[in-house]
Amino acid sequence: MIPAATPLLSVQGLKVHYAVRQGWRGKHFAVRAVDGVDLTLRAGECLGLVGESGCGKSSIAQALLGLVPATAGVIRLDGHEITGAAQVSAMALARSAQMVFQDPMSSLNPRQTIREILSAPLRLHGMTDRAEREARVAEMLGLVGMSPEVASRYPHEFSGGQRQRLCIARALILRPKLVICDEPVSALDVSIRAQIINLLLDLKDKLGLALLLISHDLGVVEHMSDRIAVMYLGRIVEEGGWREIFTAPSHPYTRALISAIPDPLHRDRVPARLGGEIPSPMAPPEGCAFNPRCPQALPQCQSGQVPDFTRLGADHQARCHLLKTGTSHA
Amino acid sequence: MTKAVLDVRNLAISLSDGAVRVPAVEGVDFTINRGEVFGLVGESGCGKSLCALALAGLLKAPMAVSGGQILLEGRDLAPLPPREMRRLRGDKVSMIFQEPMTALNPLMTVGDQIGEMFVLHRGLTPRAARLKAIEALEQVQVSSPERRINAYPHQLSGGMRQRVMIAIALACDPALLIADEPTTALDVTIQAEIVELVLELCRAKGTAVMMISHDLGLVARVCNRVAVMYAGQIVEQRSAEEIFTAPAHPYTRGLINALPRLGRRLERGQERLTEIGGVVPAIRDFPQGCRFAPRCTRATAECRAAPVAMTDLNEGGRVRCLHHV
Repeated sequence: MIPAATPLLSVQGLKVHYAVRQGWRGKHFAVRAVDGVDLTLRAGECLGLVGESGCGKSSIAQALLGLVPATAGVIRLDGHEITGAAQVSAMALARSAQMVFQDPMSSLNPRQTIREILSAPLRLHGMTDRAEREARVAEMLGLVGMSPEVASRYPHEFSGGQRQRLCIARALILRPKLVICDEPVSALDVSIRAQIINLLLDLKDKLGLALLLISHDLGVVEHMSDRIAVMYLGRIVEEGGWREIFTAPSHPYTRALISAIPDPLHRDRVPARLGGEIPSPMAPPEGCAFNPRCPQALPQCQSGQVPDFTRLGADHQARCHLLKTGTSHA
Repeated sequence: MTKAVLDVRNLAISLSDGAVRVPAVEGVDFTINRGEVFGLVGESGCGKSLCALALAGLLKAPMAVSGGQILLEGRDLAPLPPREMRRLRGDKVSMIFQEPMTALNPLMTVGDQIGEMFVLHRGLTPRAARLKAIEALEQVQVSSPERRINAYPHQLSGGMRQRVMIAIALACDPALLIADEPTTALDVTIQAEIVELVLELCRAKGTAVMMISHDLGLVARVCNRVAVMYAGQIVEQRSAEEIFTAPAHPYTRGLINALPRLGRRLERGQERLTEIGGVVPAIRDFPQGCRFAPRCTRATAECRAAPVAMTDLNEGGRVRCLHHV
């Protein structure tokens, strides 16, 4: 048993680099998809990981599950080390962390019944008794609000929302402590999203699950997260409690993300225009990665080192030169 | 009185399945005036994209327009043969699609794709069309257009590609622009820029815009009037302010309350979201009476008995509900 003070998941200095080659004979170089990320997540907590495409949020998820090797850094999950020499086996990792994917249409095997899909992990992890497996499958289906009779049906017989419930049941069947949800409601219809969001929050409370919620939908992130980390080009630029992030966003990128959400009740509020494009992680800008798009960029942002975190509160920090000079204003 | 650019009357689209015709969209009525931005909102399968394709004459078998009129500047598009329609498309009606990568031709430079519009619809020479294409790219705020004109779509970012799509769509100053989920495939910070760009250009040219989206927040912010579709029918049509501050149809209310909205947790804490029970019915299983009745908390026997007609609300709003709020 690990002491309560130790977080369930701790990530330190995680780097995930991919080797790519430009053209078929070009030179090799590294894409720094994740470049020095620290994260902690406690049991029963939901951490929202926010950022645009290419910022590295999915690479973090894959590294946590051991699906891509970490280039550097240490990941400790539930007392085990996922990285390095003392690496835990994939089987042990599967009992600690599971994933729910974005598109439930493409993440369930169409040729297997729900019973086969849900009981395969149990069989692989040594639950040899058929009746025991059957009971666990029924229990999990009940947990996600479906009747045990659906076990003999195939994925195509279910709607998108029901399929996402089945994916959640599959993720929970080995009783993991961490569930990574990568855009869990983006592929679902608006009227179905509420059901899945409510379900995930209920399960988090009931089972004491830790959730890592990866999303670009800030409405969903605000609603579900206890803590939020905002990523831009491989690094966390701001992190803190959900209240701090939404009431006192301190990094210009966080502010831009929040103001880009159209608000139906404030029609006159025109979103801030950042200008420019998201730079490619193959050629990140010098200095602060956000400087080419930042409306408040200073000369020191355009060169030299990436700014360090400035502590803004007990659990709130951001990487921005403006915070050091005290010139940042919303 | 302003003259309607587009007047859709009692539009019906059906799916032919052998000898059987299944109605997919029924009784759709709306008008869009010059310079107006009209929003069509609904979930997947509600028929909003079918309406868009019908307006652009792009419906493919087994789907076909089975009734009603589509009057564009007074001329009915519904009975036009494909040949005629092709002449109008890109000239009078243009469309922007969700995914710019699949909508652009990967084997043509963006300059040729924009220039093609001037060659086909304005009879310009390729050389003259190229100059116009540079101008068009400049209008959509692409930097160094003289250089970008030689780029192929895969060399551009998502936001840049969508700008090229917009340049193509607006090249011939169409009367009507149909934007089908124009920003769904883009990143959040790019979305806002693309929407503003479309609105700015259309405002300047007086182009009528039909914005199709599942994103209520976006539609509310940019549209003048909004129609909400459910299971092949318009269920509520109002000004954008009213539809969000005082939605009349239980489905509209449900949609608005089901979304986690920015700032709501600060006001009210982490309350459970209001769920809309059940699922959207499939085309073949549309209920007899009100199509929302099986999922509706206010439904009565009367709702299930017979189809519900649109009723007028104040100030030009209309709703398809017997027990509206």
